[in-house]
Amino acid sequence: MKLLPVFGKSTVVKPAGSNDVNYSSQWRLMYLRFKKHKLARVSLFVLALLYMGALFAQFLAPYGLQNYDSKYVNAPPMKLRFVDAEGKFHIRPFVYELKSARDPETMRKIFTSDTEKRYPLQFFVKGESYKFLGLVPATTRLIGVEVPGRIFLLGTDALGRDLLSRILLGSQVSLSIPLVGVGISFVLGLIIGGVSGYFGGWLDSVIQRIIEIIRSFPTLPLWMALSAAIPPRIPVVRMYIYIVIIFAFIEWTGLARVVRGKFISLKNEDYVVAAKIAGVGDAKIIVKHLLPGFISYLVVATTLAIPGMILAETAMSFLGLGIRSPATSWGVLLQEAQQIDNIALYPWKIIPLGTVILTVLTFNFLGDGLRDAADPYKR
Amino acid sequence: MTAEAVQTQQPLLRVRDLKIRIQMDNGVMNAVDGVDFEIRKGKTLGLVGESGCGKSLTSRALLSINPKECETSGTVAYLSSSEPGAAGKPLNLLSLDPNGRQIRSIRGRKIAMIFQEPMTAFSPMYTIGNQITEAILIHRTRNKKEAKKIALEMLSKVGISDQEKRFDQYPHEFSGGMRQRAMISMALSCNPELLIADEPTTALDVTIQAQVLELMKTLQQEFGMAILLVTHDLGIIAEMCDEVAVMYLGKIVEQAPVKEIFHNPKHPYTKGLLRSMPRLGGNKSKRLDSIEGAVPIPVNMPPMCGFYERCKDRMEGICNAQSVPATQISGSHTVRCFLYSDQHGGE
Amino acid sequence: MLQYTLKRILLVIPVVVFISVIVFYIIQLPPGDYVSNYAAEMSVAGEVFTQEDMDAMRADLGLDRPVYEQYFIWIKDIVVHGDFGFSFNYNKPVLAVIEQYMGLTLTVSLVTMAFQYLVAIPIGIYCAVKQYSIGDYFFSGLSFLGMATPHFLMAVILMFLSYTWFGDPLLGLFSAEYVNAEWSMAKMIDLAKHMVIPVIVIGLSGTADLIRVMRGQMLDELNKPNVVTARAKGLSERKILFKYPTRAALNPIVSTFGWSLTSIFTGSTITAIVLNLPIQGPVMFNALLGQDMYLAGTWLLFMALLTVLGTLISDILLAWLDPKIRTEFRGT
Repeated sequence: MKLLPVFGKSTVVKPAGSNDVNYSSQWRLMYLRFKKHKLARVSLFVLALLYMGALFAQFLAPYGLQNYDSKYVNAPPMKLRFVDAEGKFHIRPFVYELKSARDPETMRKIFTSDTEKRYPLQFFVKGESYKFLGLVPATTRLIGVEVPGRIFLLGTDALGRDLLSRILLGSQVSLSIPLVGVGISFVLGLIIGGVSGYFGGWLDSVIQRIIEIIRSFPTLPLWMALSAAIPPRIPVVRMYIYIVIIFAFIEWTGLARVVRGKFISLKNEDYVVAAKIAGVGDAKIIVKHLLPGFISYLVVATTLAIPGMILAETAMSFLGLGIRSPATSWGVLLQEAQQIDNIALYPWKIIPLGTVILTVLTFNFLGDGLRDAADPYKR
Repeated sequence: MTAEAVQTQQPLLRVRDLKIRIQMDNGVMNAVDGVDFEIRKGKTLGLVGESGCGKSLTSRALLSINPKECETSGTVAYLSSSEPGAAGKPLNLLSLDPNGRQIRSIRGRKIAMIFQEPMTAFSPMYTIGNQITEAILIHRTRNKKEAKKIALEMLSKVGISDQEKRFDQYPHEFSGGMRQRAMISMALSCNPELLIADEPTTALDVTIQAQVLELMKTLQQEFGMAILLVTHDLGIIAEMCDEVAVMYLGKIVEQAPVKEIFHNPKHPYTKGLLRSMPRLGGNKSKRLDSIEGAVPIPVNMPPMCGFYERCKDRMEGICNAQSVPATQISGSHTVRCFLYSDQHGGE
Repeated sequence: MLQYTLKRILLVIPVVVFISVIVFYIIQLPPGDYVSNYAAEMSVAGEVFTQEDMDAMRADLGLDRPVYEQYFIWIKDIVVHGDFGFSFNYNKPVLAVIEQYMGLTLTVSLVTMAFQYLVAIPIGIYCAVKQYSIGDYFFSGLSFLGMATPHFLMAVILMFLSYTWFGDPLLGLFSAEYVNAEWSMAKMIDLAKHMVIPVIVIGLSGTADLIRVMRGQMLDELNKPNVVTARAKGLSERKILFKYPTRAALNPIVSTFGWSLTSIFTGSTITAIVLNLPIQGPVMFNALLGQDMYLAGTWLLFMALLTVLGTLISDILLAWLDPKIRTEFRGT
């Protein structure tokens, strides 16, 4: 038979100086594709804002964690006004003091604005003392009104505590627990999964059985059981650490599996085998040749694990198994939204739900954007 | 066969000014840009070109099976002799509703198609038998037993032994060559007038390639069908085709009977292709020629010769200033190049 | 196929044994035990418990023995007598407690599961076929929201809406007049009405997840060459859609069956607490908190077993649905 000549693969000569995507590094490619994903970019921005809010919560919040006022129990959100009762315009926004009265029919306490007492909004006011970033003692707070005035932009809870302040302070717990938890499970998953996948053999079998057993526990009851095991009266910091450890303990198995799978598929690639034959050490092979091959997937998997943790933290706190008073988190705040009458009478108590949804959504979008960016075969 | 003899053959499909435009992020891509050709009864037309030149899109446009993103215009006149009532009257396939009953009664029945990747072209979820009889059940008979009989017959025609067992197997249990044979048997099961073969052997081993091509030739003689062979492989063209159309960047740059193309190529691109082909008995120490440069992406292209950048004979101010008209060299040989155009008097 | 199944089942046994040990360890973790809890409760009520009383009670319940001994007795009774121990709270055998709540638990779970698949699959197909249409954006947005809203709050909000619109928050699974009534048509209708909110709430995140998986799978499948082949054969678009991409896309979906039932079972716990449903979740949660150890332990064991079985069922379904795996077992 005669030779079947094939053409079609003509030499590609790259025009000099062109900025061709084909020649970019992996991270640059990811960045370029991520930039195209509008929703993910917006999400990243929103998340940055949320975390800044948590970082500077003490400064941003008008009141501290312990601050309460029995005069203002279940007070509705105050309106920021520019125009007063006489129709006069003020350049500086202000609030009216709340006056409580009893509804003549239902005998329920209701709040009305006292147009006699006007409190202009002030910036950088002196408030309760706190430690800025947990280090520097400070008393300046971003917004406030002159004492004895009070400002409750999002209303108050059943003890007369400012909801806005509590949401901001609660975000420190609610936003950091998933991050720290996922961080720990990331490290655990990377190390254990890596060892399992790279060395294989009996070590791999043992690790895999352990992972299998941990994974065969349904997450929620396990969380419940472990949380129930935390003694009720311990310092907040220790409570926090326990909860993070519980989350990380369950979450790492999934990541370890991803890592192991990637290690196994990559370690038989020609370029890795070549490096081995050339006498390159294990550590160097792992760091130089294996990790770059899948670290992006791991980042994606980690990002997508965060929303689950946020929801779990909320659920645990809601059941009274998570962070407990005097500390607060979004889940704790939502405990009050548990009864329908609370929602019917004090609908502002559902506001923390908005922040939970916003955070979970943005993490999901971010994860989606990262996944699309990390996958070279997606458009 | 002389060029004149080819000309006198009755055409089955006449394609005129076929254009496919695709909306991209950064503009409109003219993936197929005014293609004309004819396919004659019982003959084989080869459509040859590099990947990305639009040859696959062209072949799929004939059956309107491109994705919706492809805006297609032009005419594909189908002149069926066996269509009762409509005999001799051309039917423009592009004017039909792409999901309508009429075009569907032509797909698979009058014009069948085989694809490059026989693995993915079959669904892994159903048996080969199921997928072959499907076409038969639509077009030929409603009786399942009869359909199976026809399918088994076809399987044996394409050289698959033990058909009864093979009929109930899944695609993954077939080898690549076997799968392509099964694909051919599926395409031919309704005795079509035209078979469109889109790179039918590209995914196969060289020895299997030859067998499959041989099979196609034999079956063409037996069924008397025409073939549109889409390929990037000049060797296959030489072996299989009566006529050749060379495609570059969405345009047919040269079209002629197969002998003309190989012995008297005109367009610089065709010449380049032929030079880059290894030859038996050629000078072994000499490196194969290749065409410099890469195919540009036809997005927002100004009117000019698409080959300009890579052409050795380019004429500045002429080739890059206007679109190139087709020039008739002889009765059946046309070329799209200013070197042969009267206006600019090349040769 | 049979061999594969048997092998998988045999592999489950050591896992279950291991799990039972861990379960027992976990339920021992909380400080104190049932007796101290009980004593604390009683003292709130004004009754004084002396140390002797407590020791006597411990001896009576077998709680004075070493932990490992308690474990072996528990396991021995399970294996030999099928006896899962005694619920201190309910004052009857654990099995009787579970039996009491099993019927409604299964009903709610199965209905939820049916709801998930019946809603998610058609929507997933629709979103993929009409990619980037208004409907696609609508459902995608909805499913994102569904995944982002905590179960319990969704339950509260729906209850609130039901209360404002129909004047009845539809708490529990039955209206007061039907709780102890004989089964009748009216009671069934009442149950169906009360199931709407739990089913939506419990099934929501699963449905949202399934829609996204189904949509993604369909998009993959719709771009496969076998769709073009089918089109070239002259099949109608509708027939192509259901025979090729849908069938292939259903594979990974159907294989989540086993796993999905488990997640519904466990996922319903919080919702059930909020909605006051008479099903397993709240009962077991209280057992966990109140150190009703055998009830809690049996429940944890049962859940773990369900997860293992769910995975097993999923694996077997996947093997059975995929011709590539199925044909490997042909003739064996």
